[in-house]
Amino acid sequence: MSETAVGRTARARAAAAGVRTARKSLGSPLGSLVVIVVTVLWTIPTFGLLATSLRPKQDVASSGWWEVFVHPDLTLSNYHTVLFEGGFSVSGGLMPYLVNSLAISLPATLFPLVLAAMAAYVLAWVRFKGSDTVFFVIFALQVVPLQMALIPLLRLFSGGAHLGSLTIVPAVDLSGTYAPVWLAHTMFALPLATFLLHNFISQLPRDLMEAAVVDGASHFRIFTSIVLPLCTPALASFAIFQFLWVWNDLLVALTFAGGSADVAPMTARLAQLSGSFGGRWELLTAGAFLSLIVPLAVFFALQRFFVRGLLAGSVKG
Amino acid sequence: MNGTHRRRLLAVPAVLGLVLAAACSNSSGGSAKGDGADAAPLTGDCAKYQAYAGHSGTKVTMFASIRSPESDSLEKSWSEFSSCTGIKIVYEGSPDFESQLPVRVAGGNAPDFAIVPQPGLLAQMVKTGKVVKPPARTVANEDKWSPVWKTYGSVNGTFYAAPMSANMKSLVWYSPKAFKQAGYEVPKTWADLMSLSDKIAKAGGGKPWCGGIGSGTATGWPATDWLEEVVLGTHGGDVYDQWVSHKLKFSDPKITEAMQTVAGWMQNPAWVNGGIGDVKSIATTTFQDAGTPILSSKCWMLQQASFYRAQWPQGTSIGPDGDIFAFHLPAVNPSVTNPVEGGGEFVTAFSDRPEVQAVQDYLSSADWASSRVRVSQGWVSANQGVDKSLYTDPIDRLSADALTDPAATFRFDGSDLMPAAVGAGQEWKSLTAWFAEGQAIPKVAADIDAAWPQ
Repeated sequence: MSETAVGRTARARAAAAGVRTARKSLGSPLGSLVVIVVTVLWTIPTFGLLATSLRPKQDVASSGWWEVFVHPDLTLSNYHTVLFEGGFSVSGGLMPYLVNSLAISLPATLFPLVLAAMAAYVLAWVRFKGSDTVFFVIFALQVVPLQMALIPLLRLFSGGAHLGSLTIVPAVDLSGTYAPVWLAHTMFALPLATFLLHNFISQLPRDLMEAAVVDGASHFRIFTSIVLPLCTPALASFAIFQFLWVWNDLLVALTFAGGSADVAPMTARLAQLSGSFGGRWELLTAGAFLSLIVPLAVFFALQRFFVRGLLAGSVKG
Repeated sequence: MNGTHRRRLLAVPAVLGLVLAAACSNSSGGSAKGDGADAAPLTGDCAKYQAYAGHSGTKVTMFASIRSPESDSLEKSWSEFSSCTGIKIVYEGSPDFESQLPVRVAGGNAPDFAIVPQPGLLAQMVKTGKVVKPPARTVANEDKWSPVWKTYGSVNGTFYAAPMSANMKSLVWYSPKAFKQAGYEVPKTWADLMSLSDKIAKAGGGKPWCGGIGSGTATGWPATDWLEEVVLGTHGGDVYDQWVSHKLKFSDPKITEAMQTVAGWMQNPAWVNGGIGDVKSIATTTFQDAGTPILSSKCWMLQQASFYRAQWPQGTSIGPDGDIFAFHLPAVNPSVTNPVEGGGEFVTAFSDRPEVQAVQDYLSSADWASSRVRVSQGWVSANQGVDKSLYTDPIDRLSADALTDPAATFRFDGSDLMPAAVGAGQEWKSLTAWFAEGQAIPKVAADIDAAWPQ
């Protein structure tokens, strides 16, 4: 017991020293320069996207976006078209899809987060027979590519599951609602989420848990009062990962929700935006930029957790 | 408004499921065909939809590859039908249609209708056993189309899907104004076309042809059209049919001869690629951009389908005396009469609910086709029942004339008939390599043959 504690402290010290060295080298003027150059380089494509989305169609077709500095002829017409002109029977252009995207992404982030946090706590701190096996199986499920599960899952939703004449899962008519997309995203996210959170939660100090048990706290109490507040960075970082993944997803949404304005997310609309023969390609940059804004806002809002959370599981403390 | 609408939508499916189930069980006892005979009479403007009445409050789903803005015209064309009969058509267009449809059908989540542009995909869907045979009235409407269309909507001799629209691929786009100025005549035969090309090349004012086969993941398809048109125009319909069913291989002398003809035409360094670059630039130019040099007289002709009309910039006058027009690509071999290569879409049903059958009947009728033609230009039906005077656009008129011409040798786009592994795979790749890397014809042909599924 004490040996591992000592070992842990030593490792924590080594890690902290590593972080300090990294900070020092990045703090030097040369380091700052490198960081700035890399940042600028990495931002150029995004800036090009923005510049292109603001230029008229003829200009985009005839010259590169950097011409914007020489001929700053800008227009918001692409944004106007994307935001306010939809297809037949779709009023408000991109707006219904934006709402759909949020209605899909928020629950599809929250569900796996809650379920995985609970599962991770139980697997890490509740001793029961076979808990290691369960954890290993969950971990192994990450290997299954989600593309393989699309058709079986779709069948499960539309036809239910039967063993002979015995109905195990009844057929539920969920088509045309958000529910299948939520369920699919939750299922696909759980293995990784459980794994990541398990790594973080299992590193919490045992003394804390023991003290809580001595004070008569139930598992639920420990989970809500101790585990959740302590693993906020890990939760936040996974929330960002999952939100970005769901927000940018096209395949799962298209398969389980379809592309009609009632349920389809923005990605589905972006894919349809340029028309059957690609005649309205000028709208794509504006559409792409609009779809970028929400994840960007989420990232900046949770950024400080994200950086801390990135170290979750990698630097053991 | 949107919010409440959406919340209601979430609650609706459960209720709707019950309603539909009830509707299905009811109808099996009563008039299963839903021929509208015992339905409440529709009056006024709606009277013409009496035959489709009796399904008010129902909903059918439709999945297709046609997207807005093109699909808006489709939805407008049946909006009156929808409001009169009370059958709501929920339309969904997706660029991933060809890959999504098999997934949804296999997953038991098939749409009521799929608008399938490839007879090959139709055959694949029929194999799943989920495609429903069309009702009697759709079959009856089929007589208005030339028999060859019915063949393309059939699988192993059984008729499954009625054609919806037709497009004409055998067109050459040119500028009548530029032709007039230079004193060139629209060629009537292949020999004329070749000598005109030569004349233009020698005159020095831009190259005679331009082309582009770039199209994202589908890069290469315009080249398959060139080959198909030359095969059809050189050897006629029978050889073409044997070729697309692989009774005749790509490496057969007849096909390699056609490839030679294509090479002499679209890979002739003196003739292409007007205003864009050399022969290789054909592979890197998108098909949408290929015709642009015609407007500045850097290029004179472009072989591309009727739907290329949408690519000309706004304000371009299109017509026999305008900036841009098109002529029918002549047959390579004059003994082949009026070869027409075309494409189209087929209305495939995955359900036999009465309201689905009513919509299917309506979409196969000349009434619907006329309604669609009235909505906007850029759409042609090969249905003989459509009044030709409804076509206001000269390109549509030209295509409709060619497609409904009883003497024409009409054949469907070959790459859409071949198995997807070839027609939407290896043939695209190999023909692209043929243009981009100058691969030898025997190698191109052998590569495509090797990819044909056994």
